[in-house]
Amino acid sequence: MSTLALPESRSALPAGPAKRRLSPWQAWGMIMIAPYVLVFVVFVLYPVGYGLWLARHPQSYVHLFEDPVFARSVVNTLVFLIVGINLKMVVALFLSGFFVQAQAWIKWLSLLFILPWAVPSIPTILSFRFMLNPEWGIINSLIFRFTGEDGPNWLNDPTLALSMAILVHIWKSLPFWTLILLAGRMAIPSELYEAASVDGATGWQKFKFITWPSMQTLYLTSTILSMIWTLGDFNSVYLLTGGGPADLTHVLATLGIRYLRLDQVDLSMAAIVVAMPLVLPLVFFMMRRLSR
Amino acid sequence: MKRVSAKRATREAKLLLVGIPVFLWTMLPIYYLFLFSISPKETIFAGKLWPDHPTLHNFEVVFGQKHHYLSHFWLHLFNSLVISVAVGVLTLIVATGAAFAISRLKVIGGRTIMNLALFTYFIPAAFLAVPMYKTMGNYGLLNNQWALILAMVTIASPYAIWVLKQASDKLPYELDEAARIDGASPLQLFRLVYLPLMMPSLVAIGTYALLLAWNEYLYAFLLLSNDRQITLSVALGNFLAADDSPWELLMTTGLVYALPPAAIYYAFRRYMVSGLTAGAVKA
Repeated sequence: MSTLALPESRSALPAGPAKRRLSPWQAWGMIMIAPYVLVFVVFVLYPVGYGLWLARHPQSYVHLFEDPVFARSVVNTLVFLIVGINLKMVVALFLSGFFVQAQAWIKWLSLLFILPWAVPSIPTILSFRFMLNPEWGIINSLIFRFTGEDGPNWLNDPTLALSMAILVHIWKSLPFWTLILLAGRMAIPSELYEAASVDGATGWQKFKFITWPSMQTLYLTSTILSMIWTLGDFNSVYLLTGGGPADLTHVLATLGIRYLRLDQVDLSMAAIVVAMPLVLPLVFFMMRRLSR
Repeated sequence: MKRVSAKRATREAKLLLVGIPVFLWTMLPIYYLFLFSISPKETIFAGKLWPDHPTLHNFEVVFGQKHHYLSHFWLHLFNSLVISVAVGVLTLIVATGAAFAISRLKVIGGRTIMNLALFTYFIPAAFLAVPMYKTMGNYGLLNNQWALILAMVTIASPYAIWVLKQASDKLPYELDEAARIDGASPLQLFRLVYLPLMMPSLVAIGTYALLLAWNEYLYAFLLLSNDRQITLSVALGNFLAADDSPWELLMTTGLVYALPPAAIYYAFRRYMVSGLTAGAVKA
């Protein structure tokens, strides 16, 4: 609409001055967009180019594929994405149905519920770390009190440690996605549900024929976006397990830092290049969604 | 009548069956943080749900910088604050200009730049961390707080531009036309018409960038290492890495660090929720 309005306003003015008049607007546009272009060139384009340059040796990829930690990180990342995100999104979808209720106590609970998302991750991940301490953490104290048995050494077992990292990730980002799906639910006209009630529809039928059809696009977009963000979730793994025990819980987001620490920057960059076939399709999917 | 209230009671009970676990799940780690901060050193390992003698001693130690891990506590807090505010302000300047140029001035190539920005937004930040670290080394900016500020502006800008562009596309184009016919310059249009109308989105985006920088750990610990330059998040990370960490003080510092963003979030909740989720829901 705005692109249509522009020629109209131009034709309304005498042709001569209009031409000269249009150029200062373009000039100002270029001046105002220049800071971002500068930021992009200096801090995105150059680092990406330099990173690709560092990753140019085929030898790096040979080393990378010979490193068992790399293979393990890829598997861990896939588990994180497939199990973690689907679990999170299903729970978020369920909880959005809970928080849509009108009771006052649910409104209050929703204010508290957002806390994990509103506070920085370091303190709460530290808190999780102490809760999971095998000797004196609250979890094992409770297990001991109720069963008389010692609880597991949570962060010393690779499977348990990765599960806990996924749990921490879910704890942190569940509120955000619940909020997004809640907004989607609230956009559904309530007349639809009223009409369905009159026709005697059950709760499941209402979900299947009203809620889900109007939310599935949003749900899919949210899942993809959550996958992209989770690929970059460094904190949940690094601050909880540090990649341990024995480098068995690394994910792609922490692997780069591991290689950097080991002074193997070329491997670090090669790992990122190898991850691109996984990342780019998701990125292009999101871009097509958002740049419409 | 009786059946209706019985039905309502079962419904309420079902909701509580969801609500109570949700409450416990959400609050347990946060409560534990709080519990540690008010527990004396001797009792934190006892696994109690409430200390026998709650104390504010830990806060006294932290605020008084009375432990060698905390000798720069106020400096680190100040560093976090300065860097976050700088990131908030710079992101606003960069993103508002770009959004205005793309959306209102229809600058040539604006669409391409918007797409490049979106592309940057969707590349996970952890993947850019190592190249960014090497780049800052090449620029000679490592251990300089500008490195972190500029890196965070780079990360925050794409989303900021996208949200501001969405918001400014909604402003009626007739406003610009009227301003042009009245002979207003682009700058006058920007200052007198555009900025006042965009205020709610600007508040949301400024807060978003500020919180992003305050909460950042990965980039902060990569780019800063000098004890006088680091932010509170890096200090907490270093604190954790030490073997003999006084955990109750670590948790107390963590609580202090977590409070400002939580407070800001609740203060600006109305702007944040509508400003930041609108785009996602639309998509």
